[in-house]
Amino acid sequence: MIDKEGLSHHISQQYNEELEEVRSHLLAMGGLVEKQVTDAISALIDADTGLATQVREIDDQINQMERNIDEECVRILARRQPAASDLRLIISISKSVIDLERIGDEASKIAKRAIELSEGASDNSKGYVEIRHIGDKVRKMVQEALDAFARFDAQLALTVAQQDKAVDQEYKSALRELMTYMMEDPRSISRVLSVIWVLRSLERIGDHARNIAELVIYLVQGTDVRHIGLTRMEEEVQRGR
Amino acid sequence: MQQQNPSRGIDMAALGRGKQVLRLEDETVALDVPGLNLYYGNKQALHDIRLSIPRKRVTAFIGPSGCGKSTLLRCFNRMNDLVDGCRIDGQILLDNENIYEKGVDVAELRRRVGMVFQKPNPFPKSIYENVVYGLRIQGINKKRVLDETVEWALKGAALWDEVKDRLHESALGLSGGQQQRLVIARTIAVEPEVLLLDEPCSALDPISTLKVEELIYELKNKFTIAIVTHNMQQAARVSDYTAFMYMGKMVEFGDTDTLFTNPSIKQTEDYITGRYG
Repeated sequence: MIDKEGLSHHISQQYNEELEEVRSHLLAMGGLVEKQVTDAISALIDADTGLATQVREIDDQINQMERNIDEECVRILARRQPAASDLRLIISISKSVIDLERIGDEASKIAKRAIELSEGASDNSKGYVEIRHIGDKVRKMVQEALDAFARFDAQLALTVAQQDKAVDQEYKSALRELMTYMMEDPRSISRVLSVIWVLRSLERIGDHARNIAELVIYLVQGTDVRHIGLTRMEEEVQRGR
Repeated sequence: MQQQNPSRGIDMAALGRGKQVLRLEDETVALDVPGLNLYYGNKQALHDIRLSIPRKRVTAFIGPSGCGKSTLLRCFNRMNDLVDGCRIDGQILLDNENIYEKGVDVAELRRRVGMVFQKPNPFPKSIYENVVYGLRIQGINKKRVLDETVEWALKGAALWDEVKDRLHESALGLSGGQQQRLVIARTIAVEPEVLLLDEPCSALDPISTLKVEELIYELKNKFTIAIVTHNMQQAARVSDYTAFMYMGKMVEFGDTDTLFTNPSIKQTEDYITGRYG
């Protein structure tokens, strides 16, 4: 088991600082990524091209953060040979960073679609309700996955994984509806396809949030809960309490 | 969409700031070795060693047994003068003055460049007398000065809290780890500029080792530290710069991060990954 205080109990003060630093860098990167998702969705719904452009620009910063955090992890592995919970912390950080970077990429893609869609002179906002709805859900998932990381909270991480299932279902039903709509009105196909790509990006963001949540459970409990299904994941988390 | 605070109490501005990267070029030099050869009789033990030890940093020397790392360390305060048949060809500059110049006061040199050995070697005296030994030799006997020195030196060596109630008991009653920290206190009591540590933890248990390592980290704010260790992980943990030596030659010298993540010489890579020999 791991607790936040445990991070700061090494005899080496410097080691404490290094672990705390890399952890807070990850969370800060997460905060920025989360904001990117929020901004990308707002940019799309409000047809705000300025905001969308900004999202695309900030993506570079996120990429740079990924590299910095990775470098810190490599340095800690080489110099400290972390063990047990420290080792799990570094491994989860260096894996989470990949998911965060991809979430950033998806936000950037959404921003790109936001710019395209705002150019089409149409007040057709078919699918926007779904985007707003699913967008809200996955943004909350990302936020909670990061909170779970910050608090070493396996229970909260589990709820993120549970929400992912609901998101997948809503994504499927939105697709069905949009397909019917395209069949009825073929002129809307290109526009609706763009909306579908956005939904697809949101659904992927949910998957990445779930991956991070799984890493939190690994970090806290030391159990690998990937690819075992929700039911067994729930059992594992209950057992670890 | 409700507004969130995505920063989780984290200083977002701190993110742009990367970890401070050490660069040898930016350091000031404490000990400069522009080219040094050392012979034991006819056998050459050090071959054209060149390096600059940066001030107020920890420099670690690693390498297999017999590679010359301890020999080199001993050159820095002329401990090798005491070895029969040892001959040195070259210079070592401490603050730009050659310590092998004729007329150098070796006792004064050893005050400026203190040394801690592998086995703790406290004198069979009280803890107090151990720490003030160097000062008494210098003729300092004022009780107030000695008392103050004992306190700061023991605090500096992270030993004060453990021994403050028994300063006048024998130092030999301390544990190995405490003895080693006492020896470090004795060494820093005379306020040296450079601290040479020759495998200071090899006789200690893992927890004492970590305490001494933490101490090294604290001490580098005041002293230049050179440490010889046969434990590569220790070098990785404590040092800012690492020198890898092999067969009396300096193979690679650079900042510890780079040396342990991406060494530029194959021999170094083989040694630190355990492929040597």
